[in-house]
Amino acid sequence: MTERNDQAPGSPAEGSTAVPDPAALAGRERLAEQVARTGMFGTLTTGDTSGYGGLEVRRPPRISSPRPYGSYFDEVADNLGVALAADGSSFGAAVEQVVVANGDLTFYVRREQLRAVAAKLRDEPTLAFEMCLGVSGVHYPFEPGEELRAVYHLLSITHNRRLRVEVTAPDSDPHVPSLVDVYPTCDFHERETWDFFGLIFDGHPALTRIEMPDDWRGHPQRKDYPLGGIPVEYRGATIPPPDERRAYE
Amino acid sequence: MTAPADHQTHSASATGTASDASDSDASDSVYDEDYDEGRVYHVSGQDWDEVVTAAVGGDDRSGDERMVVNMGPQHPSTHGVLRLVVTLDGETVTELRPVIGYLHTGIEKNMEFRTWTQGVTFCTRMDYLSPLFNETAYCLAVEKLLGITAEIPDRATVIRVLLMELNRIGSHLTAVGTMGLELGATTVFIYGMREREKTLDLLELITGLRMNHAFIRPGGVAQDLPAGALERLREYVRIMPGLLGEIRALFDAAPVFLARTRDIAYLDVTGCMSLGVTGPILRATGLPWDLRKSQPYCGYETYDFDVPVQTSADAFGRYLVRMDELDQSLRIIGQCVDRLAESAGQPVMIGDAKIGWPAKLALGPDGLGNSPDHIAHIMSQSMEALIHHFKLVTEGFRVPAGQVYAAVESPRGELGCHAVSDGGTRPYRVHFRDPSFTNLQSVSVMCEGGMIADIIAAVSSIDPVMGGVDR
Repeated sequence: MTERNDQAPGSPAEGSTAVPDPAALAGRERLAEQVARTGMFGTLTTGDTSGYGGLEVRRPPRISSPRPYGSYFDEVADNLGVALAADGSSFGAAVEQVVVANGDLTFYVRREQLRAVAAKLRDEPTLAFEMCLGVSGVHYPFEPGEELRAVYHLLSITHNRRLRVEVTAPDSDPHVPSLVDVYPTCDFHERETWDFFGLIFDGHPALTRIEMPDDWRGHPQRKDYPLGGIPVEYRGATIPPPDERRAYE
Repeated sequence: MTAPADHQTHSASATGTASDASDSDASDSVYDEDYDEGRVYHVSGQDWDEVVTAAVGGDDRSGDERMVVNMGPQHPSTHGVLRLVVTLDGETVTELRPVIGYLHTGIEKNMEFRTWTQGVTFCTRMDYLSPLFNETAYCLAVEKLLGITAEIPDRATVIRVLLMELNRIGSHLTAVGTMGLELGATTVFIYGMREREKTLDLLELITGLRMNHAFIRPGGVAQDLPAGALERLREYVRIMPGLLGEIRALFDAAPVFLARTRDIAYLDVTGCMSLGVTGPILRATGLPWDLRKSQPYCGYETYDFDVPVQTSADAFGRYLVRMDELDQSLRIIGQCVDRLAESAGQPVMIGDAKIGWPAKLALGPDGLGNSPDHIAHIMSQSMEALIHHFKLVTEGFRVPAGQVYAAVESPRGELGCHAVSDGGTRPYRVHFRDPSFTNLQSVSVMCEGGMIADIIAAVSSIDPVMGGVDR
């Protein structure tokens, strides 16, 4: 599992007496990341003729967005921190990463803390995210230790705010606590995510398939599940099914 | 299914106790004898008397009126292929479970194998009564990922609003019309369909199709309005209030309709919050939550309209909210027409040639939309333009890695699109938070404890569209 940087970039690393070269630090950080693609164009079928076949492009390091987040995002983070502190927890213990991108605020919550965080988000008057807009699963097979994601979209009608909460689970232990008793609307949504991704929501009252037939094997939205389809013949030419066509990745 | 001569196909397990059933292995039944699901009746029409006689005491189980009935998935009043497993005590519903999935088509999975632009063609088919909302939600999400929200031409945004409001009218008319049909008012259904047809004619004039338009694309819309569209729209806005008035005159005070919808399918604001219910159901509880007002997109903050609200929180309130929203949609359409008249000739697709497909289309000899100027340019003037066009259409454009959530107020509530990109030319994951899917969960709460006939009123007041539920 890749480590996430809890500190905002630019803050001094603790315990180091000599000030390290920030460029070298950043370089080491980048080299610790996984290789996202090789070569210039990431081609797999034909050779890379660009002369950059040996190029390794690494995934950008996962860093929390620096404060201030802007908009109402700082207030949400602060209020959640205060609410969690009242229970002896803390913002840093529950949220491993904060991402502000595309005008959205995302909290990456540790899965064992998910229920506590959700309860605070719903009940605390300063947060008041009364409505959960459901769960969306995402499968990242190339990110070991956190392949499966459950993404919750929360809405506060009181404050007219939105928030995204993301939880990760490894493929080897696909368990996430259920939020049905905090947000009953998650009933159908968690069943759908289980159906499509195989993510088990512990504590769900009846986690059964919802879209696929009850005896279906596999979880269709996972990336290792083929799309399926047959070649289509049209005027003598045969077109392969969509997942076997040449793709420009 | 033909009715077997003996309606009691499971008589062994139904009449015997559990231990009896496990002993009677000799029967060679294909059914699981250990599983006591009670007596099964195959109802195939014109045999209701036999079923009732058997149920109320044709045998030793007399007095036990508890009955499990499957409503659907092929029942006309279940809006497509919704199945409701209803446990009845007499005529009272004691338990109701919605079963869905009969219309699952894997649209979200398919979208991962097409370019970002092709995705519109898929998502428009989800909620088939509000295709333009599906397209808009998706395109807003893609544009948010691309960071080009501010660069969408004004004219394209106004056309989007115009199409969405026309679509809302068509969708609400279907909702109200089918509600009438299911409660026995066939005239209202005919009126609703007739008025909806006028709406669909306009959509066909503008987009070329009555549904599944794929007209709204990332970066703008596929092409500009055709000649004469504004006159047709003005005429539409002029005649529609009277036609809607006809429906209201039939329905607003009809005693049978009132008796079947007032205080029926009650769901208050607390229930809506916890079940994630949005749209007319939420607004019928008195909460004026409409994303067009509270979190405006597509420039809705610049239009003059109201958010209709009712406080009864029942099926009748939802009907009234929908009817009032029709008037507000007409108001918005009128404002759109004025703006479109002023902005004639302005672009309807983003200027960035790396994203926007040619949008100045004319009818070609093959009956399809072509852009003669563009064809002349790529075929006889610029080799680079030809290569670029080829790459844009076959390969598509790249979208920066990240995830966004964009939501629009569809006729049924908040329609959200969660789009994830890995930086490639295809969506990594697209998930639609469809309002029908979420709202349908509330049918149990609305119906349990009520009468079986009220299920029909409850489902029609939720207005679920199974294409959107199952996707």
